[in-house]
Amino acid sequence: MENKMANTPEDLNYTKDHEWVRAKGDEATVGITDHAQNQLGDVVYVELPKVGDKFEASESFGSVESVKAVSEIYMPVSGTVIEVNNSLADTPEHVNEDPYGEGWMIRIKIDNPAQVDALLTSIEYEDYIKEEAAE
Amino acid sequence: MRYIPNSPDERSSMLADLGLARIEDLFDQIPQQLRLKEPIGIGHPMSEPELLDYFRDLASRNATDYQSFLGAGAYSHFIPVIIDSLISRAEFFTAYTPYQPELSQGTLQYTYEFQTMICQLTGMEVANASLYDGSTAVAEAVLMAHRVTRRDKFIIADSLHPHYRAVIDTYTRNLGLAIGTANHTEAGTLDATSLEISKETAALVVQSPNFFGCIEDLASLADAAHEAGALLIVAIAEPMSLGVLKPPGAFGADIVAGETQSFGIPLSYGGPYCGLFATREKFVRQMPGRLVGEAYDEQGRRGYVLTLSTREQHVRREKATSNICTNQGLFALMATIYLSVMGKRGVQEVARQNLQKAHYAASQIGSLDGYSLRFVAPFFNEFVVRTPRPVTEVMKTLLEKKIIGGVALKRYYPEMTDSILVCVTETVKKQAIEKLVDALSEI
Repeated sequence: MENKMANTPEDLNYTKDHEWVRAKGDEATVGITDHAQNQLGDVVYVELPKVGDKFEASESFGSVESVKAVSEIYMPVSGTVIEVNNSLADTPEHVNEDPYGEGWMIRIKIDNPAQVDALLTSIEYEDYIKEEAAE
Repeated sequence: MRYIPNSPDERSSMLADLGLARIEDLFDQIPQQLRLKEPIGIGHPMSEPELLDYFRDLASRNATDYQSFLGAGAYSHFIPVIIDSLISRAEFFTAYTPYQPELSQGTLQYTYEFQTMICQLTGMEVANASLYDGSTAVAEAVLMAHRVTRRDKFIIADSLHPHYRAVIDTYTRNLGLAIGTANHTEAGTLDATSLEISKETAALVVQSPNFFGCIEDLASLADAAHEAGALLIVAIAEPMSLGVLKPPGAFGADIVAGETQSFGIPLSYGGPYCGLFATREKFVRQMPGRLVGEAYDEQGRRGYVLTLSTREQHVRREKATSNICTNQGLFALMATIYLSVMGKRGVQEVARQNLQKAHYAASQIGSLDGYSLRFVAPFFNEFVVRTPRPVTEVMKTLLEKKIIGGVALKRYYPEMTDSILVCVTETVKKQAIEKLVDALSEI
């Protein structure tokens, strides 16, 4: 495995399924982490839900297809989709190039903001990927 | 010769592992009264000469001197002999379609050609490597429209082949989809203005030419579907019609699904046949089935490989677009050879002959006393005849004259007690049409 140090911004929350969450009040932006895109390789297609779709925490809301594999993307917290990054249809490479910026996937209205506090911090997530790598 | 791959020793060791004494113990759960207690009644074993005699005798009982006017989803077209000689080559004639690009360039290339020809015929942007048959292809189209639109309601024309409708029912019965029916008008086609399409409708499913042979007004149906954000699925049971008809893609069809049997595939008592499936490029990721694409190797040489496999079951399991992970390779090859040998002009010529012979027959029968054509809509090579005498009597009298007059429609449409679906292809000679007309006039 490539041992490049993954970028994990401190102001975000993370899941063990390698999604990141940028929460503000009862809204949040969701994407996949730098570590995840690095593991997947070149992303060629992102399948996203529609505005108005509701998902429970850890339910699959879409998938990311790379030249190597297709991976499900999971909802970090329960909520309703309020915006979808449609530009990924034409430029899926943004997931690789800028996973925390232009590579964002959906914006959601969070059902229960307390669920965000239960997610991993950047330090916890970094520890988690180190553990995963050690296994 | 026995075809049991394990020895008595191995069997008793397996039974011992299971804690059983005899093989019969495996069937303990089957009640005694349901078990067969004597040998299956299949007669005594035969030697090879006996077996050949037996089958020669059976074959001699085939009725080979009847003139058939049967169509209804299975069409008797001329099959050039080159098809059998080419598909019999050992490279093609395998039990399973090989897809590995390292050793299957021939298979992959003809599949790519097949897809290209299906796109050209249907006027669509992308076609797959084939599906099992017309009915499963249309059922797959329904599932795909559900994925694309995320809507649950379907409107299916009652003039879609009854077998196709039955397969759609089997596929969708436990999926929570609502399947509604649109009835044909007196003309024999659908009326786009009377369809109950709503914002919840995923797709309108029509066949053209439809089961009665009538050609649907696809342009108005496409508009009606698209206005509500629904898809138009066009089923094709008689693809030879595409030799004279404008392709469904030109009218705005979103999915074209159907049968390719007409292209060089023998009738074979109803199958195996070969389904076609084509759609718009923007829907390609929701498409079922194998897809072959053109690619280049590192030396820049052209080659062919399976493409977008991430849609498929062997990669995505339960998230796959279909649980069909194979295609009708050999039959797709037959269709490809047929279309290549006939060429564009050949297919147009065959289609024109179908059109002309069927219209000649229809006008002759329609002008007989007591007979009439049930529908006024334009047709290709099939039409519905109303008979003055009960249909069973008409069919019986024709059979006595070695004519199979067509399909009695009351089997599928109970109210059509006086109607026969008659098909006339290019294989029917003018004298045979006249014989049918004479026989009908005498009833």
